[in-house]
Amino acid sequence: MTAPQSLAAGDPLFAGGVDPAVVLILIIKTVAAFALLMVLVLFYIWFMRKVIADMQNRVGPARAGGRYGVLQTLADGIKLFFKEQSVPDGADPFVFRLAPYLSIIPAFLAFSIIPIGGEVSILGHTTYLQLADPAIGVLLLLAMSGIGLYGVMLAGWSSGSKYPLLGSVRASAQLLSYEAAFGLAIVAVLLHSGTLSTRGIVDAQAWTSWDSFATSWYWTVAFVSFVIFLIAAIAETNHPPFDLVEAEQELVGGFVTEYTGIRFAMFFLAEFMNLITMSAIAVTLFLGGPSGPALGFLSATGTVNTWLMPMFWFFTKLLVLLFGTVWVRASLPRMRYDQLMDLGWKWLIEIAFVAVMVTAVVLVARNEAWNRFVVVPAAIGGAFCLLGILRLCMPRQSELIEEEV
Amino acid sequence: MSEVVIFFIMASIALCAALGVVLARNPVHSALLLVTVLISIAVLFIIQDAQLLAAVQVIVYAGAIVVLFLFVIMLLGVDEKESLTEPVKAQRPVAIVLGLVVLAEVLFLAGHQWATGAQQSRGSLQVGDGGNVERVARSLFTDFLWPFEVTAVLLVAAVIGSVVLARRSNKPTIDDEVETS
Repeated sequence: MTAPQSLAAGDPLFAGGVDPAVVLILIIKTVAAFALLMVLVLFYIWFMRKVIADMQNRVGPARAGGRYGVLQTLADGIKLFFKEQSVPDGADPFVFRLAPYLSIIPAFLAFSIIPIGGEVSILGHTTYLQLADPAIGVLLLLAMSGIGLYGVMLAGWSSGSKYPLLGSVRASAQLLSYEAAFGLAIVAVLLHSGTLSTRGIVDAQAWTSWDSFATSWYWTVAFVSFVIFLIAAIAETNHPPFDLVEAEQELVGGFVTEYTGIRFAMFFLAEFMNLITMSAIAVTLFLGGPSGPALGFLSATGTVNTWLMPMFWFFTKLLVLLFGTVWVRASLPRMRYDQLMDLGWKWLIEIAFVAVMVTAVVLVARNEAWNRFVVVPAAIGGAFCLLGILRLCMPRQSELIEEEV
Repeated sequence: MSEVVIFFIMASIALCAALGVVLARNPVHSALLLVTVLISIAVLFIIQDAQLLAAVQVIVYAGAIVVLFLFVIMLLGVDEKESLTEPVKAQRPVAIVLGLVVLAEVLFLAGHQWATGAQQSRGSLQVGDGGNVERVARSLFTDFLWPFEVTAVLLVAAVIGSVVLARRSNKPTIDDEVETS
């Protein structure tokens, strides 16, 4: 039996056909990826509470699991698991029960495309340290964030009460608005790499020397897109300062108001899984994924340099970005709804769009061997002119207020 | 072999869900079943090695269009007691006849040469180099560049048109007075 071409496209695991060992490896990889994501969520929630506590001169979780409260999240999870689950009278029972799953399954599936390490061999088969390498690559991420939206929307609607409905309408509007800027930020990287596959993108940023840090990782050549990606990713995952979906002063608990017990925990989990996936995607697209200097004094094909070092670099980069999200959460106040929409529609989409055009011009100039000292300033100058014209066309804030009066 | 098995599983899910879309009383349930149909068709695309089509199907149809349907349904509210009397007489027999005609047409076309020349939609996928995504991109930006650009202009025109229609002018209109009073 041969695997369909769609699966065999990337991973060398399928090169020799499908036999029981390959199936076993796939099952191991699936379980490992799921466990890894779960552990990362447990770790992240603890990490976030500890770091914010430090920033605010508090102690933070300090009881469960020793002095540092490492097991606090697990304890919270167990508590939620044993709580009663209620379904409100006005709810649509089937959709109400379905919504948490619609939220959590796409969150996991999106994580499956993340390359965690390089090429390794398990049970005599060569394979990539990533669950799936489909040809559509990052498009899977966009598709899954589209499906994840259903969880939020249906949770709010099926609760049969007003605050959850308002929360979910907010969430959907926010997700749809920021998906445009998010997608455009990814396009700049795709133009550079010339492939959609996450493995291909990581390979294009492979580590050759210390120069790779600035020259082959895309965060320098696509810096504007990198910043836009980070902002839009936080907005897509509804994390502070964009967590208007659950602004408790305005909406009680947003779309999760009526949820209790493990169903609530699933939404909570999905939200943090999304945040971790987004950070991991940012590492993959802009920071070279698992690429980094190997230990020169050990053999290049040994276990340390094929298994450990790529994973070490991946998790180090991930940790830096995750710390960034915690920092933002502790520092910035929640935005107002109109500020959120202004930022998304009037700034991020425009700038991301212009950045894509500049990237395209620069790449064509490189392929055609045009003089880069003329083309790059001209492209950037043209971009600023375009942005200025767009700004001038927009109605001023005072005009808008007059209109509303 | 696996292709046939997956086809029968996904096709039966798609057909059942499609029946559900028509028969469900609650519009939100209909919309959800519509998403099921779209996703099972996306799986069918994947076993035909048309991965890009599958991704676009999920992103555009399931991720955007049905979300907008749901948005409208949720904002307007679900009316459980919708009347089932038809304003247009003889709607049902005409619909049945037209449906049968379309079915006959599809069956007829499936056995014959396509107007576009390709015997099967699947054939050219096995020819040439690069994956499905690359090949779609290449033909989109070479042979079909002109239709592609024209479609883009059409969509921009539609967007601008809807903005112009939705934007209120400075002068108060009759609608505004009704709203404020």
